[in-house]
Amino acid sequence: MENKIEISDLKVYYGDKQALNGISLDVYPNEILGIIGPAQSGKTTLLKVINRTLEFTQDFSVEGSVKLDGVDIYSIGDVHALRRRIGMVLPLPVGLPLSIYDNVAFAPRTSGLRDKAELDVIVERCLTQAALWDEVKDRLDSLGTKLSGGQQQRLTIARALSHQPEILCLDEFSIAVDPITTMRIEDVLKDLKNEMTILLVTNLVQQAKRLANRTAFMLNGDLIEIDDTDVIFSENPAEKSTYDYVNGNFG
Amino acid sequence: MDSNTDISPELMFTETDIGRRNRFVENVFKIFFFIMTCLMILPLLLIIGYLFYKALPVLSLDFLFTNPKDNMRAGGLWAPFLGTIYLVVVSLLVAAPIGVFSAVYLNEYARENWFTRIVNLAVVNLAGVPSIVHALFGVGAFVLFAGLGESILAASLTLAIMTLPVIIASTTEALKAVPMSFREACWNLGATRWQTIRRIVLPNSISGILTGVILQVSRAAGETAPIMFTGAVFYKAIAEGNVFAYNITDQCMALSLHLYTISTQVPDVTEGIPYGTAIVLVGSVLLVNAAAIVLRVYLRTRKRW
Repeated sequence: MENKIEISDLKVYYGDKQALNGISLDVYPNEILGIIGPAQSGKTTLLKVINRTLEFTQDFSVEGSVKLDGVDIYSIGDVHALRRRIGMVLPLPVGLPLSIYDNVAFAPRTSGLRDKAELDVIVERCLTQAALWDEVKDRLDSLGTKLSGGQQQRLTIARALSHQPEILCLDEFSIAVDPITTMRIEDVLKDLKNEMTILLVTNLVQQAKRLANRTAFMLNGDLIEIDDTDVIFSENPAEKSTYDYVNGNFG
Repeated sequence: MDSNTDISPELMFTETDIGRRNRFVENVFKIFFFIMTCLMILPLLLIIGYLFYKALPVLSLDFLFTNPKDNMRAGGLWAPFLGTIYLVVVSLLVAAPIGVFSAVYLNEYARENWFTRIVNLAVVNLAGVPSIVHALFGVGAFVLFAGLGESILAASLTLAIMTLPVIIASTTEALKAVPMSFREACWNLGATRWQTIRRIVLPNSISGILTGVILQVSRAAGETAPIMFTGAVFYKAIAEGNVFAYNITDQCMALSLHLYTISTQVPDVTEGIPYGTAIVLVGSVLLVNAAAIVLRVYLRTRKRW
């Protein structure tokens, strides 16, 4: 099967500071790729390269290539179309200051969808996929910002799904979410895997162990190791630092 | 192992010497700050009270709607009052869109580089330029170079140049109050910058933007120097009761200049008239500011995060 994403020798600099030191990795279709590693290891930067939102930062530069379905994403014409193919969920939940309905309908509307019936379908589908529909179906008009943290994070996921993305990137989604909601979202991700490819950046190594097919370990801007999750979490991964990090003998 | 077990529960919360001192200092500062707040309000109340007391004999609706008479020794304020309204409205019609939209550009689009640094520096410095310098610039640029002559238009443009930097600053502040995370969320969804501004940023900063613009009314209405060489005149009779009595190419009277002339240049003015003029000027400004506050409170009740 073709690789969904192919990253080769990716280097990223913020000003003089190098954040990624030449990373090469492939992402397979319909897998959950867990990305673990301590702070400052370049996990978030990697995601920002993939949907090209790094371009909103000052003074960055990117070298190397990132291909989505074989197309170099840094040579495409419409960057907004790229971002619509990639759902992105950030660490802190962000309910936009709009109604719950408008939060989910935001992205389809920006690409020109006006038909109320179609939007209704999308809103219900996405909120259902994000395990939020039953809690909010009677108050779709109330503000997304007034929901609880866990609900807002599921709203954020619902919003990220509204374009039917092929790739879903989650950056430490459970950081501001209670454990029960985290478990519900994890179940959601297991289902979503059938429809899309998921990149899961997480600080909780056990979360990667529970969900990911393969896991990548990053450290200080280097990709130390990427392998099947079973191998990474086994007694003998290829690198000793991987074993140390996964088992908490680190730093 | 727990040292607190030696002390009885009541004693644990008795006030120590340090606690007493802290409480004393706390009260001293609270009262000090309160007195300072009172000192701030006091002059305003005294000024308005005094003006009102002195102006009482002349205050009436007629005072507002008749022209000055007898070389300004009698009559009302119609021509200067309407003139000030013209100056303020025209200057804001020019300054508000330019100021607001350039602030949107600087805050939402521009990356930090030499151009934006120069613009920001210019904004800060422009705000600190004395109004008489603006007046001279207005004479040079609008009255002479642009050939507008001494007119409402030239005077309004001068006022606009003066209020512009403050409008840019207040708009920037209002835009920055919208959390960055909202913008990032929109960008991640594939929204363009304009879609983000249109749907999220502007709807949630409009109250701050409008308040900043409205507060510039008081500044434009109160200034004398920028208008006295560019379009405001000592005396001009206009049709009473007609709000379209001025043409923007005309010269006009203005409350601030009128107050200056009748207090210093005209002998034997009825005592109440300068005070009445001041009350009308201060009163209209306070009225507009109150409107800004009401608007702000109303829009804040609809705050969405």
